Amino acid sequence: MSAILEEILAQGLQALAQAQELSQLDQVRVQYLGKKGLFTLQMKGLAALDPEQRRSVGQVINQVKEQFLQQLEAKKKSLEQSVLDARLANERIDISLPGRGQAVAGLHPVTITLRRISKIFASVGFKVVEGPEIEDDYHNFEALNIPAHHPARAMHDTFYFDAHTVLRTHTSPVQIRVMESEAPPLKVIAPGRVYRCDSDITHTPMFHQVEGFLVDTNVSFADLKGVVYEFLRAFFEKDSQVRFRPSYFPFTEPSAEVDIECVMCNGEGCRVCSQTGWLEVMGCGMIHPEVFNAVNIDSERYSGFAFGMGVERLAMLRYGINDLRLFFENDIKFLEQFN
Amino acid sequence: MQISEAWLREYVNPAISTEELVAQLTMAGLEVDSVTPAAAAFNGVVVGEVLAMEQHPDADRLRVCQVAVGEMEPLQIVCGASNVRVGLKIPAALCGAVLPGGFKIKRSKLRGVESFGMLCSQKELGLAADANGLMELAGDAPVGIDIREYLSLNDSIIEVDLTPNRADCLSIEGIAREVAVLNQMDWSAIQVEPLAIAHHDALQVSVEETVACPRYLGRLIKNVNAKAETPLWMQERLRRSGLRSLGPLVDVTNYVLMELGQPLHAFDADKLHGGITVRRAKADEALALLNGQVIKLDNDALVIADEKQALALAGVMGGSESAVSDETQNIFLECAFFAPQSIAGKARHFGLHTDSSHRFERGVDATLQARALERASQLIVAIAGGSVGPTTDITTESSLPQRRDVFLRKERLGKILGIAIADEQVVDIFERLGMSVQAQGDGWLVRPPGCRFDIAIEADLIEEIARIYGYNNLPNNKLLMRSELSQATESVLEIDRIADLLVDKGYQEAITYSFVDEDIQKAIAPDDEVIRLKNPISSELSVMRTTLWCGLLKAALHNTNRQQQRVRLFETGLRFVKKDGDVRQQKTLAGLILGSAYPEQWGEKSRKVDFFDMKADVQSMFALSGCNAEFLVAKHSALHPGQSAEILSSAGEKIGWIGMLHPTLEKQLGFDTQIFLFELDQNLLLNKRIPLFRPLSKYPSVRRDLALIVREEIAAREVISSIKDCNEPMLQDVVIFDIYHGKGVADGFKSIALSLHLQNDIQTLTDSEIDAILKRVLDTLINKISARLRD
Repeated sequence: MSAILEEILAQGLQALAQAQELSQLDQVRVQYLGKKGLFTLQMKGLAALDPEQRRSVGQVINQVKEQFLQQLEAKKKSLEQSVLDARLANERIDISLPGRGQAVAGLHPVTITLRRISKIFASVGFKVVEGPEIEDDYHNFEALNIPAHHPARAMHDTFYFDAHTVLRTHTSPVQIRVMESEAPPLKVIAPGRVYRCDSDITHTPMFHQVEGFLVDTNVSFADLKGVVYEFLRAFFEKDSQVRFRPSYFPFTEPSAEVDIECVMCNGEGCRVCSQTGWLEVMGCGMIHPEVFNAVNIDSERYSGFAFGMGVERLAMLRYGINDLRLFFENDIKFLEQFN
Repeated sequence: MQISEAWLREYVNPAISTEELVAQLTMAGLEVDSVTPAAAAFNGVVVGEVLAMEQHPDADRLRVCQVAVGEMEPLQIVCGASNVRVGLKIPAALCGAVLPGGFKIKRSKLRGVESFGMLCSQKELGLAADANGLMELAGDAPVGIDIREYLSLNDSIIEVDLTPNRADCLSIEGIAREVAVLNQMDWSAIQVEPLAIAHHDALQVSVEETVACPRYLGRLIKNVNAKAETPLWMQERLRRSGLRSLGPLVDVTNYVLMELGQPLHAFDADKLHGGITVRRAKADEALALLNGQVIKLDNDALVIADEKQALALAGVMGGSESAVSDETQNIFLECAFFAPQSIAGKARHFGLHTDSSHRFERGVDATLQARALERASQLIVAIAGGSVGPTTDITTESSLPQRRDVFLRKERLGKILGIAIADEQVVDIFERLGMSVQAQGDGWLVRPPGCRFDIAIEADLIEEIARIYGYNNLPNNKLLMRSELSQATESVLEIDRIADLLVDKGYQEAITYSFVDEDIQKAIAPDDEVIRLKNPISSELSVMRTTLWCGLLKAALHNTNRQQQRVRLFETGLRFVKKDGDVRQQKTLAGLILGSAYPEQWGEKSRKVDFFDMKADVQSMFALSGCNAEFLVAKHSALHPGQSAEILSSAGEKIGWIGMLHPTLEKQLGFDTQIFLFELDQNLLLNKRIPLFRPLSKYPSVRRDLALIVREEIAAREVISSIKDCNEPMLQDVVIFDIYHGKGVADGFKSIALSLHLQNDIQTLTDSEIDAILKRVLDTLINKISARLRD
């Protein structure tokens, strides 16, 4: 290697070593490898040599140039890495700070409960139907086998608009409306608001019910028991004891109240279940022949069952809510607990 | 109804605990609400007899008594009660006794005289809230036996919550029948031997209303002692049934009511004028009732009357003028059967509810009257003396309830219950329930007893079998049913999806009452006709809402009053609109926002919500349904006139409103911040467009920006629609990206910056094409809205 070449290489490597930034490095590259770069000039000088020499000298220059280039690349990498390191250090944030933008809110616990109930029944083909809340006496009472002066009317504490128009006291009128317009087989649930003229610590003048009914040939009380049992297990996600007690509703016969083993104390007895170990969760029964008569369905050919449950009550049991009135105050501190 | 367990067990006494008995009743449909001890816990009290009595040497009001208490030597007990006397039998608490409330009896000295126990009043034993002196026991009470045993105080009071169909269980005998059936035991009703007739006087009785009153029995009992003491056992049974002792005559009628379920009434015969008539009341006839209430009757009311006036509201309550008192000597004892439909609703009409009306409304056994009258007469004579006269019986057989045979098909029984029940068991259940059963063909002919008003059709019989067989012994079937594929309607968006969208945008779902304060309703929608409840629970909940804003504003106020700076609420539900006499119940969605646009946070500058925050939320709902909603300037009584819009569908249907709550209302309702509201008709909102595919263009799209100067009053909507009216096929979209006032824009004008997005489906747009389109658009804007390009 010529002394000159050695000198160029030594200086070049020193220049590389001294470069602090990529721009300086690029200047060095141009200075040595550019069109008028020092190595480039050396290559150009080859033209003056005879072919024999040209090859050997050319080889040497190329080797030196290659050596320089490797150093240049290494230096470039290292400088790039430092730049990246500096950037990463610089861009470090406090990831513990909260995220930005809109917060997500939630549904009312009654809606959450209604949706769960609907989902469970929809999974076996029950159709969701709604009905009017201002209802006539016929659909709310008469057609449900509750004639005027029937003692059961006293239990309903009805809101009246006039002698024939009421706020529905239950969701059962939807049963009548559906059976009036559709023929069996029927599988329906009817969720919605209902109203009773009663207001104290355990009653609000408005609350929610879900009515459900199934009409087909050969529907038995055993089918009703099976559906109710499966539903309660699905709703509470618990394999609790369920019992059926004879009861009375004018629109079903036989009629039953359904109790579930207290979900708070597992049947041990607590304040919620009044120490009985049981919670009353719904009423049900086989649709009364008089109800079928009212809607012109042949009660010899068809039979069916109906059930009804209070949504707030189920929500209270499910989420441990201890005051019914909270449902309609709409206090955000209450509502956001269900988000 | 409340009953004494011990009394019940006199009729039928199965070898099961109270707990088991109660569970059995509940599971048979006679739901037990509570079980309470008949007496508070105490011990060490026995029946004592005062053998001798002396005045206390140092105290005027104290006596020193020698009291026999059984096997022990008589005890010296100092007593201050005024009714203490030699020969009296009383409860005596011995030393070591513990009385209710944990009060311990010890040997003590009263003013220097030793006392070895205490003589007790009813109050001290926890048997009454108040007492006048010592509790006086019957003369034949055996001295020395434990008072709890003597008074059967180790008893439970069982409260049964009966459903309205089970009138047959509104008596001890009725419940006994059920318990006997459930335990397959025998029982028998009280048998009464008729008393010898001691005089032949009778009142003339005439029944005008034979349908309402198919049977009326009455008799005169003379020379009774109304001041006689009701025996303790009867007082105790009444007490345990929840009835107060009111003198022997009333006590006996109440006792028979509890025992047999038959209401009776005793009139003071000396206060009657002439014979008895059962008739409809005259219009405006007045009647002073036993409870002090004076009611004005109408033609619908059934009364018991004498020749002068109405004496009692039949089957409900007697009148005060003819009522028995301490001075009563002769009584007319009435025992009737009133038809349920003639009594139903009558008590409620006058705001009354009595043990009698409760039973008659639901149905009293029409075969019971003679036995009940005889039983009551016997008890009255035994307690208060007197001599009985003949019974006057006015019965209209044809009006009595007929018990008809009901046929039960065996196959139907199995089909409805989902299980086959053995024939013998079916027959046994019916017979024990007092029904007559006859096997016939493929089933049974069953006739219910007089006490059952709830057995008229086959289903009633099936229920009885299920009830006694035990609902929990019936099978639970896995649901097997016909199934159809469910619909998946795409042209209707589900409200749940909208609710989820709003939730994700930070709206909390509220549920408010459908009836609202009329004042708030009037303030928000003064022009809406309201639907008023006849019997509201309060004036704050008296009219049906015509807008969901009433409830949402109230809910918002509840929260701002509780230091919530930021409220975002929505609700779904019906609003009730009266139009042309019709009531429309419209499914509605409404929302409300107030406070900062975003929750307080470090990364964004806090700012208050404005119209456009809410508009974006509303538009995103329409984006879900794919429908184009138009926002038109319009005035709403509840909204700021400069920040409100009516929302219309592209077909021109009125979907709803959006805007800022009117500042006047804001102040009137008690807010101190701006509130934005929307309300939409759900049916129109949820109309979903089913997407239709359009091929994608392979050619590049081009954007050109325009900065226009227009007059201030030109709405952005007009600018956009003017451009769209050009019907340029290549124009894909127009976006407003800036509104500018200030330097370079004259007062009364504004600058609007728009981007036009152009694309051709079949080839790349050339510059000359683009320029031509822009020129046409600009010419239109100049012509239509006098726009000009900003320099």
